Formats: sequence, structure tokens, C-alpha cells
Amino acid sequence: MRGVDATLEVLKRGGVDAIFGIPGGPLIPLFDALFDDPDLRLYLTRHEQGAGHMAEGYAKASGRIAVCTGTSGPGATNLVTPIADAYMDSIPMIALTGQVGSTRVGTDAFQEADIVGITLPIVKHSYLVTDAHELPRVLTEALHLAQSGRPGPVLVDVCVDQWAVEVEDYTGPYPPPMPGYDPPTGAGHPKQLQAAARALANAQKPIIYAGGGIIASGAAEELTRMAEVAQIPVTTTLMGLGGFPASNPLFIGMPGMHGIAASTFAFQESDVILAIGVRFDERVLSTVMKEWAPNAKIIHIDVDPAEISKNRAAHIGIAGEAKAALAALADVYVQQEARHDDESRSAWLRKIHAWLDEHPYQVDDDEPGVIAPQNVIKSIHEITGGDAIIATEVGQHQMWTAQFYRFNQPRRWVTSGGLGTMGFGLPAALGAQVACPDDLVIDIAGDGSFEMTLQELSTAQTYGLPVKVVILNNGFLGMVRQWQEMFWDKRYSNTSFAEFQPDFSALAGAYGIPGVRVEDPADLDDALREALTSDGPALLDIQVNRDAKVFPMVPQGKGPDAMIVTDPSK
Amino acid sequence: MNQHTLSVLVENKPGVLSRVAGMFTRRGYNIDSLAVSPTERDDRSRMTITVDASRFPVEQITKQLDKLINVIKVRDLDPENMVAFELGLFKVSTSECPRAEVLAIVDIFEGKIVDVTRDSLIIQATGTTAELENLEELLRHNGLVEMVRTGVVALGRGNTTT
Repeated sequence: MRGVDATLEVLKRGGVDAIFGIPGGPLIPLFDALFDDPDLRLYLTRHEQGAGHMAEGYAKASGRIAVCTGTSGPGATNLVTPIADAYMDSIPMIALTGQVGSTRVGTDAFQEADIVGITLPIVKHSYLVTDAHELPRVLTEALHLAQSGRPGPVLVDVCVDQWAVEVEDYTGPYPPPMPGYDPPTGAGHPKQLQAAARALANAQKPIIYAGGGIIASGAAEELTRMAEVAQIPVTTTLMGLGGFPASNPLFIGMPGMHGIAASTFAFQESDVILAIGVRFDERVLSTVMKEWAPNAKIIHIDVDPAEISKNRAAHIGIAGEAKAALAALADVYVQQEARHDDESRSAWLRKIHAWLDEHPYQVDDDEPGVIAPQNVIKSIHEITGGDAIIATEVGQHQMWTAQFYRFNQPRRWVTSGGLGTMGFGLPAALGAQVACPDDLVIDIAGDGSFEMTLQELSTAQTYGLPVKVVILNNGFLGMVRQWQEMFWDKRYSNTSFAEFQPDFSALAGAYGIPGVRVEDPADLDDALREALTSDGPALLDIQVNRDAKVFPMVPQGKGPDAMIVTDPSK
Repeated sequence: MNQHTLSVLVENKPGVLSRVAGMFTRRGYNIDSLAVSPTERDDRSRMTITVDASRFPVEQITKQLDKLINVIKVRDLDPENMVAFELGLFKVSTSECPRAEVLAIVDIFEGKIVDVTRDSLIIQATGTTAELENLEELLRHNGLVEMVRTGVVALGRGNTTT
């Protein structure tokens, strides 16, 4: 078989059924082979960045790996942002790029860019294939690397002359042997699990701090069981939303810069923190990390040993898979002699619930002609019963969605956390829709982010992907405006789109998508219901209050105790 | 200064040095010296890296190294239980300094003269980093014009391997 046929064979054997991308000279052989392949569908996008985010959205919504592809030079460099995004959020993805011919590498040939070099710090691993005989093994390794241990993006850059070379398929074992790759599997060290279970039973004010690792590991049920047997309240990070049901009475909410105040208060008082699949990110701990949870003993479970004690020293570090580790920990917990004190646990939970009642997320008031953005998210939640797949862009609308859409299951939440990539949402929603054709998929967008990748509305129409776009339009780069208002003397330097903004509903119309502009709070519910229940794609341009800000807020450069709970200007 | 000597066994593949060096740059770790060499196996290379671990715990550095797919094994060598040497070449101008004095210094450090002209010498010396720094300091006062050092290469003592 030819190198290109082996490539598709290995990918299909690995369960890949979707490739997102755009061709170019070095990719024509690949696209030609895909032309009549019934099992592997190519989704032609309008920009490679869109292709990358679609692969991410596909993986996040389904847990299955997808492939994005771009041609040599600019096609590949346009994939850099999605690759960095997938790296930060540990999303399994293969970026398959075309490269100039193997004898021309290094000569500054037309459309040559050293994409392996460019992406070195943002990939889990990468390969430049100058010899087709390596292709089947390299792609097999790429599939395993991207999905095992801590998932992440793997780049495979293939020289154009190698596609046509006759090669043998990979016939070795799976996973392929790699002498330098041996991620932790299983529950972790039994002694450490015992120490963790004991510490949790003896704790007076314990908290579970769970993140994206719960979703990646499929550990939602195990997390619920652990929390319930030990009666420990749970916070889930932005990446972990849906990893624990928001409806569970043990759920506190999201922690961090824009998290619920109760979680910050609780962390500051906590004596033991069980952290699973999290990386003690500064958006959770604040930029003054040492002031966060100053009295807590840290138990850290992670499949990436390098995360343990990276940002915060762990007293008990457990290198293991979240699912297996939580299952084992719950077993040890119920079997051990140590028992938590029920009275002390209920007192702690009562205290947290009192904080929750006293300091809910801030909601601005609807006024005639001005819709409060938070109410849009609340309405979407009500209309969808919390069951839709929700993608977002990045900024205020993203935080409001994280605050007010209450996720009860994993893989319903598709957002760019670590890298914070504006323009992520629309293509990611399309990828999620490809993976989950029967689900309602909504991109909640800001007007600033939406204009970064809106060309993918064409992709929605091309493939009949009925994604709904809901723009919270405040005519500003809202999150930056919020900082300017609060910390930069209201000097709104270059964050306003008041000078010009397209008519988004008319723009949707140009793509053949029904678009509606909503200004009156009284029209909101009906407009949402109509758009969300329509058969095809739809777009709502919702005019929201531009003064609305996201609270609580722990300001940059300050510790958690500096949290501003509600809007000081109100 | 909290110096550690890491023995890092890696796959002998293109780009591995870039990955290791890039990781150090990106994470803000300081490399004091780096030596790459072939090993007893064709498909392996060994890097000896001396790092300053005063800003970051050395465990964090070794874990980040281990995380690189092409890195097979990392060992933080015990200073009490390793042999660690480097080699230096020092070119000295003898047109103004007395040759005899230079030769006396070379003798003390058990160095070798590996090149000689009417007005210059190249001295080859092997030793610990401290010894070579000492030699360098003395030669600075005796006509040193150019020098190069390999950086530390090290192995753990006894039967253990990395």
C-alpha cells in the first residue's frame, strides 16, 4: 500500500472517523485518498484554525479522538492556536500537516515552515516524517500518545513525496512500544491512598477540588461516590464542570477568579483538600498562590506526575488515573477504621450553604431595551433543561455561562480554559455537532469572539450542522472593558466596537441562516425558544447591558481574600 | 546555588536536544552545563546536565524531563556517589608571560601541552569543575587568550546505571 493508504488505514483502525481541514499542494494526495473513502469523512473548513477547534470540540463532546489537517506553511501555522489550546486543556488530537518534499526541507522552499520546531513547546509529542516507511508506526504512536496518560495534541508532519511511497502496514502490538513513555495507570500507590483516606476522615473542613481530569478519565460516577461516602463538598473547575452534578447538594460551584464566593471562603477555611485532575492553576488559586487555602493539607491525584507539587506542594501525591484512583480511594475510605464525624461534616456543609445563600452569583437587572446577560444564560438553561451541549468563546459570556448553566453530566461543556482562545466556540460547537449529531449544540458567544471565526458558518451550512449561535452583544471586548472600568480609571482604550459592528442577523442571512436581533427583555424567551427548537442552524444577536460585569472577582495580582463579591458600582 | 548533576538517557533521534533545551527555556530552568554523547547503544544518547535548582525543586525539573517522550530515564546523581569530570582546552600566549611559570601551573593540574608554537601553548586539562575553574583563574594572569570546556560528564559510581 502507499504511504497515504497506510495513513488512513492506521487512523481508521484507531477509531478515527472525522478529519477537519483544508488542502494544499502537499495534502492533495491525502485528499485524493479521502475522496472515495466511505469510513473516514473529511470536513472542509474555511480556515485551519476552525479545523483545529472542530477537532477539539469533537473530542471534548465525545471523548473520541479526531484529526485536523492543514497544508505546509500557512496551513500548518494556522493550526498553531488550536494545537496550543488542545495542549493547555489536555485534549486528544492529531494534527496531520503536509510538508514540502523531503529533499527540499531546509531550503526555504515555497510554503515551507518548520512546524515541528514552531510547535515544540505546545505538543505532547511531534514527528517529521521524511521516510514513508515510518508512517504507519508513527501514526500508531501518535494515536496512543494523544489519548493515553494525560491526553494532548500530537503533530505529524509528512513530506509530500512520501505519500506515494509503497510501505508495509504496522503489524506490531498496540500500544506500540516506546522506551521513554510509560504513563501511570491504575489507582496509584495503596499506601498513599490509605494515607489520603485517613486524612479525609479526620478532616474537619475538607473540600474536593476536581478538574478536567475527571472528564478525561470518565470518572464522574466515581467522584460522586467518593464525595457521598465521605460527605465532602465538591468544587469543579472551569474544565471540570459537569464532572459532578450541579444538582447534588454537595456541589459548591466553580472555584477561582470568577467562581462562586462560597468556594473561595471554603478553600480559605479548609483543612484538607482532595485535588483530582487539576493543575492548581492561577485562575483558581489567584496570582498570590501562597495565600490560597493557607491551612490546608493537600492530597493531589493526577495522571501527570509533573503536575504534582508543581504549583503547590502536595502532602500526599498520588500518580494515577482519576477513575481508578477515586474508585480505590472510596473503597479504602469505607473499609478503614477511621470515621468522619457526621456532626462536624453537617456543620461544615451548613456553613457552605449559608455562604451560597448569602452570596449568589451577581445578576444584573433587565431594563426596558436592555437585557441582563446573566438572564440569557438562565433562560437557555431552563429551555434546554440543562441537557444541551454548550460551547463558548472566551470572555465575560463564557464566565456567565460557567456560572449560570448548571451542568449535570460530563461532556456537555466545550470551552477553552487554559489558553482562553477567542474564536474557539463556533468551530468547537460544529465539531461537537459532528460527534453528537442528535444533540442540541449551542455556541454562546460574545460579539468580539464571534467575529474571529465566523467564517465557519459556511461549514455549518455545507454539512447541515444545526448549531445555534447565541451572541451576547455588548459592543465591547467586555472582559477587557471590565478591567479597564475597575482598574484602569474607565479609560476604555480600544475595546469598543461602537464605531462599527456588522448587523449579525443580516450576516447570518448572508449565510442562509435565520438570524434575529433581540433588544427587549420581553422578547428574549420566545426568541430563544424559537431558535433553539428550530431544525437548522440559527443565530440570535442579543443586545445586552454593556455595564454588566462578572462577579465575584479576585483581582489579578491579589490573593483570594481580596475577592470582590458583588459589583461595587451598584 | 543548589547544583545538581542529572544523567539523562534519551533516544538517539533528531530533535531530542531541541526538546530538552526548549523545555528548560520554557520552564525557566537554568542549565549550567550540558554535554551530549553517544552511549554503549547506538539508539541511545546520554546527556549530562548540571542545573541550578535554587529557584525550582530538582524533582520538578526531573519530572518535566521525564515527561518528554524521547527521554528514557533521568537520574539526579548523588554528588557523594558519582564521578564527574570535564575537559578544558586553554590557549595561552607566551610572548609576554614566562613559559616556565605556565608550565609549572600545568604540572600542578596534571595538564598536557597539546599544541605549541613560538609564542603560544594549548593546554589540555581534565578535572572537576572547581579544578578547571581554578586553573582558568591562574591562567588568566598568565596569558590566557582563548578557552573551551566540555561541561561536566558524569556517571554514578558502582554497578548502578541510568
